[in-house]
Amino acid sequence: MAVRSASPEDIYATHPEKKVSLYFMVLGFIALTIGVIFGPFQIFNYADIDLYPALQPLFKSYYQGLTLHGVLNAIVFTQFFIQGSLLYLQARDSNVRPLMPVAWAAWWIALIGLALAAWPLLLNNATVLYTFYPPLQGHWAFYVGAALIIVSSLVSVFLSVEMWVRWKKQNPGKPTPLVTFMTTATWMMWGLAAIGLVVEAVFFLIPWSLGWIKGVDPLLARSLFWWSGHPIVYFWLLPAYVSWYGLLPRQAGGKLISDPLARMAFLGFLVFSTPVGFHHQFADPGISAFWKGVHTVLTMMVAVPSLMTAFTIAASLELAGRANGGKGMLGWIKALPWNNPSVVAQLLGAIAFIFGGAGGIVNASFTLDYVVHNTTWIPGHFHLPVATASTLTFFGIAFWLIPHITHKPLAAPRTALAGVWLWFVGMMFMAFGMHMMGLQGVPRRAHISAMSAVNDGIYASSAFYMVFNAIAGVLLTIAAVQLFYVLYATLFSRRRLPADQVPEIPFAEAISGPEGKNGVKVMDRLFFWWGAAVVLVLIVYMPTLVQLFIHMVPAPGMRLW
Amino acid sequence: MDNEKLIHAIERYERSWLLFALVMIVVFLIFIGYTLTGFAFYVPSAAERIDPTTVRNEGSLFANPRVEKTGDNVYTAYVLAQAFTFLPNEIRVPKGAKVVFYVTSPDVQHGFHIRGTNVNVQVIPGEVGKVEHTFNEAGEYLVICNEYCGLGHQDMIGKIIVEDK
Repeated sequence: MAVRSASPEDIYATHPEKKVSLYFMVLGFIALTIGVIFGPFQIFNYADIDLYPALQPLFKSYYQGLTLHGVLNAIVFTQFFIQGSLLYLQARDSNVRPLMPVAWAAWWIALIGLALAAWPLLLNNATVLYTFYPPLQGHWAFYVGAALIIVSSLVSVFLSVEMWVRWKKQNPGKPTPLVTFMTTATWMMWGLAAIGLVVEAVFFLIPWSLGWIKGVDPLLARSLFWWSGHPIVYFWLLPAYVSWYGLLPRQAGGKLISDPLARMAFLGFLVFSTPVGFHHQFADPGISAFWKGVHTVLTMMVAVPSLMTAFTIAASLELAGRANGGKGMLGWIKALPWNNPSVVAQLLGAIAFIFGGAGGIVNASFTLDYVVHNTTWIPGHFHLPVATASTLTFFGIAFWLIPHITHKPLAAPRTALAGVWLWFVGMMFMAFGMHMMGLQGVPRRAHISAMSAVNDGIYASSAFYMVFNAIAGVLLTIAAVQLFYVLYATLFSRRRLPADQVPEIPFAEAISGPEGKNGVKVMDRLFFWWGAAVVLVLIVYMPTLVQLFIHMVPAPGMRLW
Repeated sequence: MDNEKLIHAIERYERSWLLFALVMIVVFLIFIGYTLTGFAFYVPSAAERIDPTTVRNEGSLFANPRVEKTGDNVYTAYVLAQAFTFLPNEIRVPKGAKVVFYVTSPDVQHGFHIRGTNVNVQVIPGEVGKVEHTFNEAGEYLVICNEYCGLGHQDMIGKIIVEDK
């Protein structure tokens, strides 16, 4: 029945950026597939069930698996998916073709970086977790590979800004289209945020792992790491916001309420995402309480655009629900398209983010952080924004974008729907279990199911919450199988949709548009706002970093695995 | 309702929501500021920098990890967090005493979290972290390393025994 309406060549001919975007997204999903395998093992560990002996010949320890889990899911999957999807959305929104050779160069750099980093990871030569804090010292290929992955992201920054500048030249005086504005602001934010990691890798980690320098100052390395380590979370989150603002309202059957408000939120992120890293270092001696306090205030500020987003998105969804015929206080919720896996994935992701945001504000509250720092509360928290809000939204995007690009129909939509729900419910169980165990002092990043006999039972008071983790392990395993089945069955399908059934890009209209608004003109000066962000970062980081640079105490590397 | 009126209504509500959000955040910041006004001794401060390669040598402050009585009801503990143990592994102090902890590492990063308290320090080679805590209840407290430090991480656990006077 399915008419072969277009050969692959035709599909890519009009928009060659489709192919590179697809390649980025698929590479990201492959990374996610491998990284997710360790998830159930880890959550069963936190239910005091040790399944690692089963992995023994292939993977040497809990910590090797945990390193792969963090690197592949949080760093590789997120970044590659974002590089692919944002490039395509911006190109289509602004109708500007990216510099294709540069886009492919970015993909090859990413692939080579991934291969280089994967080699020591899989051979147990870089079991240093995805924060790779010195003096734990991994193999040089891990740091070089990771650095190449960051370089690839910086090429994407260039691609996005270049496209935006070209659009501006072609359309003098016009406000930047909304999705283009959001993606450009996201990449500009990352362009500033990535500097900390780049400096850490180029000046310290790589020379150190190659034996050119004897040691690295661990506090300086941490400080540079968290320069990037916080905004990287916004780099994972903002592409989900792009979809929630720019596409989801239309997918839900309505319109975005306010275009200028969406821009304002993104400007907030552009300016405030980076100068906040010390909230990951509240427990570090050697950083003054004054600057920790300043970063506390700025971290609270960066919560504001998310609180704004909560209102705008919820209001847009309410209008969509009412447009679909929903009545009464809650009737609009029922009237949303709950049969569409792409919409449901994003809605559930957004709901999870409410709890994720609340926990985040706790973590940001300086002295409150001592209650939860480095306990299981933290992974309990960040599996809500990253592993649920972003990841589910990315699946939601893939559910229409991959059929859109490949002309292949989404395989098994009902399975997709079930997978999305189970993922959400599983993450909720896990978040509850892990948050509560954290409050009882159970440490994160620990193979607690394999403790020696002397220490046996010291976390027994958390037994009740461990049950939640065990249930989460079962639910999330089933969910992962369903989601990946749908994904790969779609990609490997031989069916092609007839041209008139290929999903379009659901760019949403705004009820209150950008035209004729003075604020939009001011907000459109992205380079100015980026400059403001740079100044703010210099103010809050330089006093501490200069001190640390002047008084370095290098520590020699160690391999304790 | 036509669009103009609708937008107007929504914008009004959004402004109220944002105002509420900002007020809430300011209240949080005031509470945080309050905790910092003189009783947050558990906020780690830097005592000094120290060379991690010689921290165990004769003459170093940490050559002999120990607890000392340093004042009227004040004890000072010099703690070495190393792979995969705390030295001294057992600290004994009387109930109600103020304990000043100096903690550092000779190898990689560790955590120093006294379970059930707000003492939660990142132990960084090259840094001497300082925190204070007064134990008002007798009993056994566990010190948990909560920063991954290698294969023995999950078993890196120390003890503080607070004795009834």
